[in-house]
Amino acid sequence: MTLSSPAVARLDRAVKRYGRLTALDGADLVVRRGELLALLGPNGAGKTTAIGLLLGLIRADAGTVELFGQDPQQIQARRRIGVMLQDAALPPTLRVGELLRLTASYYPNPRQLAETAALAGVTDLLKRPYAKLSGGQQRRVQFALALCGRPELLFLDEPTVGMDIEARQKLWVAIRQLLAEGCSVLLTTHYLEEAEALADRVCVMSRGRMIHEGTVEALRTRVALKRIRCLSALTVDTLRGWPEVSEVWQESERLHITTADAEIVVRRLLDADAQLRELEVQRAGLAEAFTELTRDADEASDTDQREAA
Amino acid sequence: METAMSFAQREATSDMPPRRLLGAYLEEARTECLRYMRAPGFMLPIMLFPAMFYLLFGVLMAKSEGVDAGRFLLASYGVFGVMSPGLFGFGVSLALERDGGLLTFKRALPMPPGAYLLGKMLMAMAAATVVILLLLMLALSLGHVVLTPVQMVALLLTGALGVLPFCALGMFVGTLIKGQGAPGMLQLIYLPMSFMSGLWFPLPMLPKFLQKIAPVWPSYHLDQLALAAVGLRQGVLWPHMLVLLGFAVAFLLLATRRLRRAG
Repeated sequence: MTLSSPAVARLDRAVKRYGRLTALDGADLVVRRGELLALLGPNGAGKTTAIGLLLGLIRADAGTVELFGQDPQQIQARRRIGVMLQDAALPPTLRVGELLRLTASYYPNPRQLAETAALAGVTDLLKRPYAKLSGGQQRRVQFALALCGRPELLFLDEPTVGMDIEARQKLWVAIRQLLAEGCSVLLTTHYLEEAEALADRVCVMSRGRMIHEGTVEALRTRVALKRIRCLSALTVDTLRGWPEVSEVWQESERLHITTADAEIVVRRLLDADAQLRELEVQRAGLAEAFTELTRDADEASDTDQREAA
Repeated sequence: METAMSFAQREATSDMPPRRLLGAYLEEARTECLRYMRAPGFMLPIMLFPAMFYLLFGVLMAKSEGVDAGRFLLASYGVFGVMSPGLFGFGVSLALERDGGLLTFKRALPMPPGAYLLGKMLMAMAAATVVILLLLMLALSLGHVVLTPVQMVALLLTGALGVLPFCALGMFVGTLIKGQGAPGMLQLIYLPMSFMSGLWFPLPMLPKFLQKIAPVWPSYHLDQLALAAVGLRQGVLWPHMLVLLGFAVAFLLLATRRLRRAG
């Protein structure tokens, strides 16, 4: 999957307003064939609205929304997608097998029931009523419903919420298998390690706009922050006074410092405290990068507002 | 080039053969019936309530009034009973499923248009038929009502089709109110409307004003059809049918418009 792969889903300067609230403010998004794009952003950033547009649940006030080059409200376009939403209370009295058969009946060329069940790991649940399943099992069934129609594009909205670590790993394996078959995935998640583990590209949203789009690696390097940890007699207040230190806090005895100039800070630390121990320096993870990006965006828009006022 | 090819091929596969499309409608209706048959707590009260009412007022208390009273009450309690699967079976389940996110999920899926509503409609028609069957059994066995087979079939048909305007009304209310608020609102429509259409007491016993405005209510028109079915009313029926049809279409349009906008 390269930049030239055809787009399977696309938002182009999409705007959606709810009364005075602008949920999407000119958002651009492209999902290409065969890739997994992770859509990240704090609550209220507009992820749900973006997905709602692509699923044809709501209409954009301005801009273009396309699924396979068609309007998502066209049923032909939606016959090529699979959907796992965050909260959908499925009929409690129906058995898992019945739910799968019903959902598969909507598609022109669905998977065999047994194949779907095996892929999603619900083979042993087929005869059980949906209401009798645990939360994690219900999520697996919802995943099975998403892939039963042999979709070319999967929408996975927070798929692993409520799953234990083992179940989560299994789902990741299944997602990778689908990607290997050429399926594209649009994933929204709060777990950054999930995006790190699965995504080819990440798209970070804040306040209804895309503020960053690129590979996971690019996102991490874009944020040049390093994390320093050590045991020291120096106080948090002292360190806060150093211009190179962007953030510092203390957890039990250990100091946690984030900085863009790790070398300078380490030198100053060693100079200031000869007794300093257990020094660690680490490249910041996606989590820090993400926090920094969204904070920058917030500050920028605050400045905008002040200037506008 | 290769990708362009596979794109074109896939394009062809997103068309549904008619047989699979029909299959999707049938599957939707089948599961809709299954899920409620397995949850008797929801549909059973809806179906038994009118039968119980009829047993109390139509059979036990109307014994002295003669055979015509039994038939009259069979028709009007039949209408009363048919309204409830429409209003509650359709309206309340829609309100609950909008609240729980099931409807959103189904709208995102390539479910054929209207399959969801059609499934609920068939479910309501089946429940209405059961309601009339129950009342017929009570009327013929305990109520000493005598009907010809044609009259019985006519009453069953009136019930099975007469539920539809109330499905539309229930659907509209279900699109206005989400979740647990819907049953209360529907009771506020159901009970007064039944009373004012002369389903509990014959219209001539009601105040003049209520008699005058009775043709406003769809249940009044359905009652006229039910009375004709059991042979208690002569004259033209098509105006009543037209009113019911218009009522059903109007509320169906209102409801689908709201569904499209609000989801």
